[in-house]
Amino acid sequence: MIALLTRDLRLALRAGGGFGLGLAFFLILAVLVPLGVGPEPATLALIAPGILWVGALLACLLSLDRIFALDFEDGSLDLLATAPVPLEAVVTIKALAHWLTTGLPLVLISPVLGLLLFLPAEAYLWLILSLLLGTPALSVIGTFGAALTVGLKRGGLLMSLLVLPLYIPTLVFGAEVVSRGAQGLAVNTPLALLAGITAGAVALLPFASAHVLRINLR
Amino acid sequence: MMPDLGRYALEVSLAYVVSLGMIGALALFYWVRGRAVKRQLAEIETRRGENG
Amino acid sequence: MASFWEYANPLKFMRTSDWLLPIVAVAAVVVTTTGLIWGFFFTPDDFRQGSTVKIVFLHVPAAMMAINIWVMMLVASLVWLIRRHHVSALAAKAAAPIGLVMTLIGLITGAVWGQPMWGTWWAWDPRLTSFLILFLFYLGYIALWAAIDDPDTGADLTAVLCLVGSVFAVLSRYAAIFWNQGLHQGASLSVAPGTRMDWAYKAPLYTCMVGFGLVFVALLLAGTRTEIRARRMKALVARERMA
Repeated sequence: MIALLTRDLRLALRAGGGFGLGLAFFLILAVLVPLGVGPEPATLALIAPGILWVGALLACLLSLDRIFALDFEDGSLDLLATAPVPLEAVVTIKALAHWLTTGLPLVLISPVLGLLLFLPAEAYLWLILSLLLGTPALSVIGTFGAALTVGLKRGGLLMSLLVLPLYIPTLVFGAEVVSRGAQGLAVNTPLALLAGITAGAVALLPFASAHVLRINLR
Repeated sequence: MMPDLGRYALEVSLAYVVSLGMIGALALFYWVRGRAVKRQLAEIETRRGENG
Repeated sequence: MASFWEYANPLKFMRTSDWLLPIVAVAAVVVTTTGLIWGFFFTPDDFRQGSTVKIVFLHVPAAMMAINIWVMMLVASLVWLIRRHHVSALAAKAAAPIGLVMTLIGLITGAVWGQPMWGTWWAWDPRLTSFLILFLFYLGYIALWAAIDDPDTGADLTAVLCLVGSVFAVLSRYAAIFWNQGLHQGASLSVAPGTRMDWAYKAPLYTCMVGFGLVFVALLLAGTRTEIRARRMKALVARERMA
């Protein structure tokens, strides 16, 4: 399992693996929004939590089809399915690899983008914390979407349609944490709900993903 | 026969027309598609019957 | 007494629905028309809402069916996953477009109602937002069915999506409530004292609800019959190619 994780990480980091594309997208979004909305610091500070969360979500979505597509094409997914490791564990490792190469970098770069968007100083801690808590859910839910559409040609657009509605609760609570933090309000409730969604998704969704993957591989 | 709908006449009739139109369109679609599939299936089954 | 599970046999289902469908279809047309004519022509205007109160006879039944149809799809998906009855999976498939249209009617009549009452076509109110999200879930479900060629794979994948989607739809509803307390009034038929609806409105409203339910059942029977035929056709064509 460790070998699978390191293999996935190496593949993602290698040229053409798509590492960094999500990050670049996140950066471009944070540049485009002020250009579209106007340079007014007060306006930008108001919408910064939402923009940063939506940006993180879309950046996550962009890299989802890589989770299974390549392994499906060269047949290594069939090998993994018949390997002694349970498929649920394989799916979890895949989601973890996706989070390490997409979610974690997004968390680390988000303060810089917060600076570009005039995010109030009190909100940085909550931004990092909420993304740290929320992005694992995005990876796990995304893995489920990728497993659903793995055998399909042109599955990418369909996957966005399937995955984005599933992202709604995470987005709502995540952005709520940051905007409440920015206004200096209590953030315990949305933070706990966000953590709850992540815990539930990480615990349960790999079973659904593995089940779906078995259907697609038969 | 038409009741006096007062100043909201447009809104109320619009809601009725659009809703009934959509249900009607859906029913029509189900009906047309059902007939087409039924005909195609009958065709295939008679063809199979002729071939043995 | 015949067991419910007998209808899991496609042949049995086809034979029963053959005589049942015309009856339900006629009943659906009669009851819905009665309810809507009653509501449109023979109800008094509300003292606050004027004639817009008549939209309730479309809005509430459509909204109710939009949710009920998703629940029915969830049950049908569970039956398919556990007992592998094809009719069940195909019924879920046939139900989805009806649910989509019902959701859309709920949203559109709501917008038309909201414009004179709240002065806006749209508000990011929890109920409205939840319905928009439900609409997205229906879209995704239908798109996944449309994308997959093999009927059994399609049935399996959409059933799992329906299960997972249901959990997230409920979560989204609570997220929406948490996110914004809204202007939408509480449930129209709530039993709380003071907000009770007059029988002059209730009677046609109940008629419309039954009517919309019958419309759904009629369309569902027709759609499931079509899906069963389409599935058989696909199997026959595939067998011909093999030969």
